[in-house]
Order: sequence, then C-alpha cells, then structure tokens
Amino acid sequence: MTQTSAKQSLFAVTYHTKRRNASERRFRRYGQAAIGIGLLMLLTLAYTIVSKGTGAFQQTFVTLNIELLESKLDKKGNRDLEEMKKVSTFGYAPLIATAFENLAAEREIKTKIKAKEMAQIISKSAPSQLRDRVLDNPALIGQTVEFTLLANSWIDGYLKGRVTRENAQNNKNISVQQLDFVDELVALGVVEKRFNIGFITGADASDQRPEDAGIGVAMIGSLSMMIVVLLLSLPIGVAASIYLEEFAPKNWITDVIEVNIANLAAVPSIVFGILGLAIFINTMHFPQSAPLVGGLVLTLMTLPTIIISTRAALKAVPPSIRSAALGLGASQMQSVFHHVLPLAAPGILTGTIIGLAQALGETAPLLLIGMIGYIATNMPETVTDALLAPNSVMPAQIYEWAKRADPAFYERAWGGIIILLVFLITMNTLAVVLRRRFERRW
Amino acid sequence: MKDQITHGLENSVTSTPSKISATQVNVHYGDAHAIKDVNVEIAPNTVTAFIGPSGCGKSTFLRCLNRMNDTIDICRVTGNILLDGEDIYDRKVDPVQLRAKVGMVFQKPNPFPKSIYDNIAYGPRIHGLFKTKADLDTIVENALRRAAIWDEVKDRLDAPGTGLSGGQQQRICIARAIATAPDVLLMDEPCSALDPIATAQVEELIDELRENYSVVIVTHSMQQAARVSQKTAFFHLGNLVEYDDTTKIFTNPRDPRTESYITGRIG
Repeated sequence: MTQTSAKQSLFAVTYHTKRRNASERRFRRYGQAAIGIGLLMLLTLAYTIVSKGTGAFQQTFVTLNIELLESKLDKKGNRDLEEMKKVSTFGYAPLIATAFENLAAEREIKTKIKAKEMAQIISKSAPSQLRDRVLDNPALIGQTVEFTLLANSWIDGYLKGRVTRENAQNNKNISVQQLDFVDELVALGVVEKRFNIGFITGADASDQRPEDAGIGVAMIGSLSMMIVVLLLSLPIGVAASIYLEEFAPKNWITDVIEVNIANLAAVPSIVFGILGLAIFINTMHFPQSAPLVGGLVLTLMTLPTIIISTRAALKAVPPSIRSAALGLGASQMQSVFHHVLPLAAPGILTGTIIGLAQALGETAPLLLIGMIGYIATNMPETVTDALLAPNSVMPAQIYEWAKRADPAFYERAWGGIIILLVFLITMNTLAVVLRRRFERRW
Repeated sequence: MKDQITHGLENSVTSTPSKISATQVNVHYGDAHAIKDVNVEIAPNTVTAFIGPSGCGKSTFLRCLNRMNDTIDICRVTGNILLDGEDIYDRKVDPVQLRAKVGMVFQKPNPFPKSIYDNIAYGPRIHGLFKTKADLDTIVENALRRAAIWDEVKDRLDAPGTGLSGGQQQRICIARAIATAPDVLLMDEPCSALDPIATAQVEELIDELRENYSVVIVTHSMQQAARVSQKTAFFHLGNLVEYDDTTKIFTNPRDPRTESYITGRIG
C-alpha cells in the first residue's frame, strides 16, 4: 500500500475514489428527488385545497326591494307580535315573487318565466330571513325595504361555473330560462358575488339550502373543546412531568409509568374514544355529543404528548443550573420553579400547542361519543350551553358536508378544510414564535 | 467567626477548633466504594486543597460536606461530619439550611440566565437575608466587591450573567455563593474551565476570601494547590493518603504515593 501510494500522483483519481464519489453523488440525488416529490405533493395539496375551497368564501347575493305589505303580514293592523307570529314563512314567500315581478317590469327585463319561477332563484332560507327581520322591527311593515338575500345554490353554482346551461336542461331544480333571467340581473348588478361572512359565522343548514350553511357553530364547538383540553391537560401534564423528571425516585415503578406513557402516545385515538364512551357517558352519565366530554376524551389523548414534550424540555435544562440553585441553599421545589421551569417553558408551550393542534383535527374518538353524527344548527347562548349542549366540531362538520349529495356542500367541505388549516397553521406559527421569543441561551 | 483575623500566620495551623471535622466517612455509589474511612479536620480561615488523580474521590468527598450527594439516589454516606460540632447528617438537619452555611462553587461557571444583580440576589432572597431593597443592594455590592468583580460589572448589573467571559462568570458564581453569608466555601475545580489570567484572578480572590471563610478547594493542578492553600489532602483510590501542611506535602511527603503523585509519576 505504501509502495503504490508513493508512486501514485495526487492528480490521478484512483478507481476507489471514483466509485466513492459516484455513490456520494447518487445519494445526494436520491435525497433531492425525495425532497422534490414531497414538495410537489405539498404544492398539489395546497393548490387543490385553495382552488376548490375558496368558492365557499364567496356567495351569490340578490339585492331586492321588497314591499312589506300590511295586508299580508298584519291583517288587523295592530302590530301585535303574537298575531304577527302566526304568519308563517309561507305568508312571506309571495312578497318576494311580487318584488321580482316589479323589478322585471321596472327594468324592462324580457322573460317568459312567471313571478314564482323568478323567486326560485332565491334561497329557500329567504322567507324566514324576511320574517325574522320583520318580527324584530314591526315598524318596517308597510314600507319598501331593500334586502340582500342569498341566491339559490344552483344560481350560485352557475355564477361559479359549477352549473352549466347543458346540465340545467336535465335539472329539475333550475331551468335555462331562469339562467337567462339571472344573466340579465347580473348585467343590472342586482345579482352579484360577494364575500360570504355567513360561511364563517353561520350554522349548518338542511340539505335543501347549501348556500346558507356555515361552519361557525362547529367552530364554537371546537373552541370550547380546546379550552377544556387546555385547562385540563396543561396543568396535569406539566405537574406529572415535573414530578417524574425532578422528584420521583428512579425505581421500577417509575420505569413502568414511563414506558406506559410512551405507549399511550402511540395508542390509536379511537381507543380513547371508546374509553370516553364507557367512562364519561355510560358510567358517569355525562351528556352525549357535549364538547365537555369531547374535551375530556381529547385530554386523555393529548396528555402523553404534553408529558413527553415537557419532560424533554425539562431534561434539556443543564443540570448545572439545578446544582447552582441547590448549592445556594434553594430547596428542590425552589430550584425547579425559579430556574428549571422558566427555562423549559418555551419547550413546554410548543409541546402543548402541537398537542392541541393534533386534538383540534382529531375526528375518530369523537365518533364514539356522538359528536360526529349530531350537527348543531344553533349557536350556544351561554357558557354552560357551549360546554354541555350537544354540538359538533370542525372536522365533523367537514365530514358531514363531504357526505352530502349536493355539489354545493362539497365546495363547503373544502372551504371548511381551509378554515381548519388556517387554525392549525396559526397554532403552529404561534408555537414557533413563542419558542423563538422565550428561548434563552446559557 | 467571620470577623476572626489571622495575624500573618501564613501556612500555619492554628490550635483553634476545627471548622469541619470528618471522621470515618465512607461513601458508596451503589456497589462502588468511592470513599474509604476518611478522617479530615478542616481549620477555620484556612484554604484546604484536595488533590489527587481523577476518580480518587476528592470531589465526592467535597460534595459530602454540603450534602450535595443527597441529590444522587444511589449514593450512600456513612460516618460523622461535624460542622462547628454539629452532625450535618443528623436527621434533624435540613440540607437546605446546611447549604446556606456551606456555599459551593462548581467546576463549570454556572450563572443563572438572569441579570447579574438577580444572580447575586437570589440567595439572599430565598433565605430572607434583607429587609429593604437598599439592604439587598448593599449585599449585592459587597458580594461583588469581595469577589473582585464589582468594578467590571457595576455599570451593567442588569445585563445577563451568561454574557460575561468565563473568568468573570466564575467570579460572579463566587460572589453569588458569598452573598448568602456562608461559613465555609467549597470549590470544585473552580479554575479548570478558565484561562491562566482568569485563573490568577480567581486564585488571588481565594487567598483574600480566607480572611472571612474556610475555603475547601478541589484542584487538579498541584501548582494551584501549592499557591493558594495552607493545608493539602492527597486522595488516592478513595483513600485519604496524606493530610498535612501544604509546604510539608510538597517538600517532604511522608507517603511514597504522595511523592509519586506530586513528582508526576502517577496520576
């Protein structure tokens, strides 16, 4: 070996070196290809979600001047609320048809369709919207009031390109003549697409009215559940970790506990669901579908994550800090609370937020405690309601929409996913920012 | 005790009673017998150096003196260690109170990641050594002055202690230990992470500290032991081989192992 290397010039590359370099280049290319594939998939995912979901944030609205006839809404003319409540939404529907008739006559729109068919381009929720407004403010009766009403989902689909004239011919919900009429109204600016705040704040709607469905109530459900998870899992998780890491004697009992916590983190979430069903609902008789129970179940699921990350954060604090405090005559608790915990806080916060984000997107365990099947349509009015009244959560709402037949709901499912992702990205960003902000060097 | 002044008795052993008196101390780490039947009398206002090769037990023994070994689960200490005639391993003794009287400086400078002021003030705060903010300011200033670092940091007491140089950090740690007004100061290789200039500063400081405290220092450097200490204990394989005046140990050791070590043949 020494003899050959003596003859070998440094400028001549040996066979071995060539092979080694080639394999290194090959390995680099594999790595780059792997990253490329990952990025491509991420981009595809982001593109699909954004392109399919943004539609949900825009909705077609119709601006109409509706004459609120006293003869229809308050026959006796005494503005008695009890009397007025007897007029159902059927009493309001003709007013909308009349408003369209007037509009067509006023703006000289040529169409063959009848007033009732014109009114069909409006959402089925419109009469009840009218009725609520009138009952809130009876003084409006007798006046002509401008209303901004949701268009029917088929019209909305037509403006978004989901519904075409060809498939309108075979569709009993919409006719080509109605689409012609809508074209005229669009030209006049009566029908237009606008940002749809109702999708973010509203409640789910029935199968007949996809245009009226929103994710707001489910959002409140998710939020109350997250509050329960945070309030329970953070103190319990941090206390357990501090005890295990700083105080507990190292013996076989703590070893068993440690192994089991690690195992719990890997348990499929549905197992926690059935545990919740058995304990919280069947044994303790908590209400079904309640965010409180959901929160309890997800707390069980989040605890191992928080304990593991908190212990890692505590372990990362150099032992010299503990010795320094103990050497000065601090008790063990003082050493932990004055020095170790503040230094571990960024890590603990990050772990907690990641755990919460996981819980936010969790669907399977909620299946078993009835939060998937039940979709609430009313905003909870009190804090107790928010915790105990049946509600759903964002992933459940998305699943529900994806299940329904009407393509308008499909669009809302994608929109719901955007909102869910915005929440998750916000939480993860918060975790990164907090860690950067509070990270200290030693 | 603190106000007691030695009248230029360099390297002499006074007849005053011992500050710390250890008899028949044994330490076990699990099955390992780390310290074997050690007897040491540590005199007040003296710097005592523990020397010996790595793993000889000198640090372990030092950590017995303020019960820092208690934090290690598998560590077992037997024998008697008396501080001013009181058994520190007595059941009634709270190690937290003991450590306030026996301060410790560690091998690696370990200031808290807080301001310099808070570093020094931490001990007085947890022990309630002051009444007013002005009292605390005085304690902090005195501690920093005694640790010979006041002039360097007086204008930036709010700056983090971790931002200082290694030598400054170590002097901050010494100031921090002094601020709790201990009787004894234990130093575990306080200069091993420092450069020669910082080492010289710390050594000078140790000599000054002798005026008010008993200092026990563990060191790897025999020159350091010779420079700063009045008494030296040589440990080897868990045994206290020889304990005597420093001058005697370095000029005329009794035990052949001591001689081998200080002349560089073992260790």
